[in-house]
Amino acid sequence: MLHRFANPNRFSRLAAAILPWSAAGTVVLFSSGLYFVLFASPADYQQGDSVRIMYVHVPAAWIALACYSFIAAASGVSLIWKHPLADVAARSAAPLGAGFTVIVLATGSLWGKTTWGTWWVWDARLTSVLVLLFLYLGHIALTNAFDNPARGAKAAAILALVGFVNIPIIKFSVDWWNTLHQPASLVRLDGPAIDPSMLTPLLLMGVAFTFYFVTMLLVRMRADLAARKARALRLSAPG
Amino acid sequence: MIRLLLLIRRELKLAFRGGTDAAMAVVFFILAATLFPFGIGPDIEVLPRIGGGVIWVVALLASMLSLERMFSADYEDGSLEQFVLSPLPMGMVALAKMISHWLTTGVLLLAAAPVLAVFYNLPSTAFVPLIVSMLLGTPTLSLIGAIGAALTLGARRSGVLISLLVLPLYIPVLIFGSLVVDSALAGREYGSLLMVLGGFLLVALATAPWATAAALRQAID
Repeated sequence: MLHRFANPNRFSRLAAAILPWSAAGTVVLFSSGLYFVLFASPADYQQGDSVRIMYVHVPAAWIALACYSFIAAASGVSLIWKHPLADVAARSAAPLGAGFTVIVLATGSLWGKTTWGTWWVWDARLTSVLVLLFLYLGHIALTNAFDNPARGAKAAAILALVGFVNIPIIKFSVDWWNTLHQPASLVRLDGPAIDPSMLTPLLLMGVAFTFYFVTMLLVRMRADLAARKARALRLSAPG
Repeated sequence: MIRLLLLIRRELKLAFRGGTDAAMAVVFFILAATLFPFGIGPDIEVLPRIGGGVIWVVALLASMLSLERMFSADYEDGSLEQFVLSPLPMGMVALAKMISHWLTTGVLLLAAAPVLAVFYNLPSTAFVPLIVSMLLGTPTLSLIGAIGAALTLGARRSGVLISLLVLPLYIPVLIFGSLVVDSALAGREYGSLLMVLGGFLLVALATAPWATAAALRQAID
């Protein structure tokens, strides 16, 4: 089934068809999400209104981790089945993931200053997310370090798979070590430990961020394919 | 097994013929470690507190310096292509390179570490933990570093790129290695930390030759 969309033109057409819907969905979800976040959800009894940073920080973290997993999966597909678009997908997703990781670190730092009194602490969760940022940057650098783009894509694919060990470390860091960062309150064996009035805006923002990621990924992939086509045309032009 | 030893012997012969290349990493190790007392002042109280971490960080950087040359010479003169075409398993070739990198860099760092421990006024209780932690950690650095070296073959600015790729993967080894020295200084037990370092080494031994072989093969294609 995957190979049905191995044809870049067919994929570009499919992406063009999906794009208006995902873009519209992004706008709608962000608007309703932000309404809930800013107005229709309660302030925390301890943190006050600064708890609303959570609604940006946590979904961005979900997307940063999911994006790296997506890149690792695309890298696996590229190396095993040599799907033509897997490299394009990984290459397009990496800067998005890096951006979301920066958002996580920045919003987390702001939130930490208001609640913990410090901008940064070297505990397991923050350190492993910082390592995730470096892995993203390394992936981007490696992709662009070769004159032959295919070579860069394959090298970056191996790097993405080697670095995937960091993802479970990030997820379970707050359980395995005694960290300042709070432990898991959502994806736990006992179920979510968060009130529905806060869970709803959180999930809404999560879906909004996902739609945003999908929209931007499709835009970047189409741009990558168009750039490849332009380069091929330029190289084959006579004279 | 014989083939592995023959490959290692080849690498060591080439390293000795190369002259002072391996020694340069150790000289950098000592030089860079001596920069810190100049930078922060030779306060006899501060130096032992940062000594374990500084020695570990500088060992990391020194180990990283020689990564670029691990495969590049063979890549440029075509020997790597011969290795790929030969019936030798590429994992064995990669492992031979990693072991000889450790023998020519890591072991020398191990030998220089006591000198630096003296420079940083580390008490004698910290010497053995430092050496044992580096004994377990430096092979892991060679193993992981080889992945970075193989991935960047033929890249532009591969020296800096290797650092960017390999340093995030080095961080866990660094954390536990310097924790061993700190625990020894504080009088806490460090056996479990050494076991974690040993675990890293075993995981790296199991996975790094495989990943490096994959990277080498697609560098040749």
